[in-house]
Amino acid sequence: MIDVSVSYNKYKFLGNEFLTWLWFIIENEEINLKDHEHVVLEIGNKIVCERASGDDSVENITIKGDDAGLEEGKLALKKGAVVTEISVVYKSGEHQWKFTIKGESLNLSNLKTPETESLKKKDEYEGAILEKYYLYNKIVDFIDKIYKKFVEIRLSKKWDEETLINITDWIKS
Amino acid sequence: MGILSASASISKYRVVGEISEKIIEVVTEGLKKNTIIDIDDGTAEVSVGWTSTQNNFKPYFEDSSFLVGQFFIFSLRVDKKKVPAKVLKKHVTLQTDKKLEETGKEFISKSEKQRIKEQINEMLLMKMHATPNTYDLIWNFEDKELLFFTTQKAANEELETLFSKSFGLTLIKMFPYTIADLTLDLSEDDKDKLNKLIPANFKE
Repeated sequence: MIDVSVSYNKYKFLGNEFLTWLWFIIENEEINLKDHEHVVLEIGNKIVCERASGDDSVENITIKGDDAGLEEGKLALKKGAVVTEISVVYKSGEHQWKFTIKGESLNLSNLKTPETESLKKKDEYEGAILEKYYLYNKIVDFIDKIYKKFVEIRLSKKWDEETLINITDWIKS
Repeated sequence: MGILSASASISKYRVVGEISEKIIEVVTEGLKKNTIIDIDDGTAEVSVGWTSTQNNFKPYFEDSSFLVGQFFIFSLRVDKKKVPAKVLKKHVTLQTDKKLEETGKEFISKSEKQRIKEQINEMLLMKMHATPNTYDLIWNFEDKELLFFTTQKAANEELETLFSKSFGLTLIKMFPYTIADLTLDLSEDDKDKLNKLIPANFKE
């Protein structure tokens, strides 16, 4: 295995490509993952794109707000940017989760789970913790699985022959 | 932000190393030995240690309340004191002036000024209360996975260091490369492809 800090920086692009692919998937395909419940994903209220300029500098484009249009983000992709951060709404049955994920680290932030009962008694603590863990882990597990699917495609012939062409066409559309 | 907060930030780790059959004893011992030490009454500027998630200010690892099913649940606490630069400057200036008056000298040597600065800093630290920051974690010891409830770089670095020191195990942060390399059961051929991967061009 490559040194951890070297690989973190060297493979940031893989996480950013994953988020760019995820946006494409959310807008164009149904999400079906092996061993995972049926979910509906929507883009949340934030997308950050990054475009490398020729002179080693980078340009960041942030689209934020509940009513923000995503056209500017698509325009940034058209100019060669990739998604570095994206907010996602995850819906399963009647329940909803919201979170933001960063490409370089796949860290989750602002993760909001469906509401749980507030803790009233000390002896409810263990149950409350386990319930919260279960709700957090839904998203952690989902990201693991969908990232795995992305890596499988990214390392296969399908990437060049089909996926990359489809994403490029979507960006141009 | 903690486990029971309305909104959480999460970094994911894999726990690597030989897990002893006596894992519960090893973890209990590690937690006790590395429990946070209060620095309110001292001159230390930083203290890093473990504390209880249920009560961050009363660390208690004498029973197994930090063990819930297959999970260890406890928190990293980082206490910090920092004398504001302007407060330090004010007191150093006052003390220096006093010294000059007492000795009748016109100036103070660089080393003497440095000594005064250190003494004043210690005196002010002694009077200060540390600011505590706590970060919860859930360690699933059967699946060798750990969720750390912050994405702050400095806190993650403190966690990695203290975890290794306390339990003799290594935490590997899960990010795009490590997830692919360590958790996806890639064939040798795919690992080779991964190592040679270059960024895609979505523009063409």
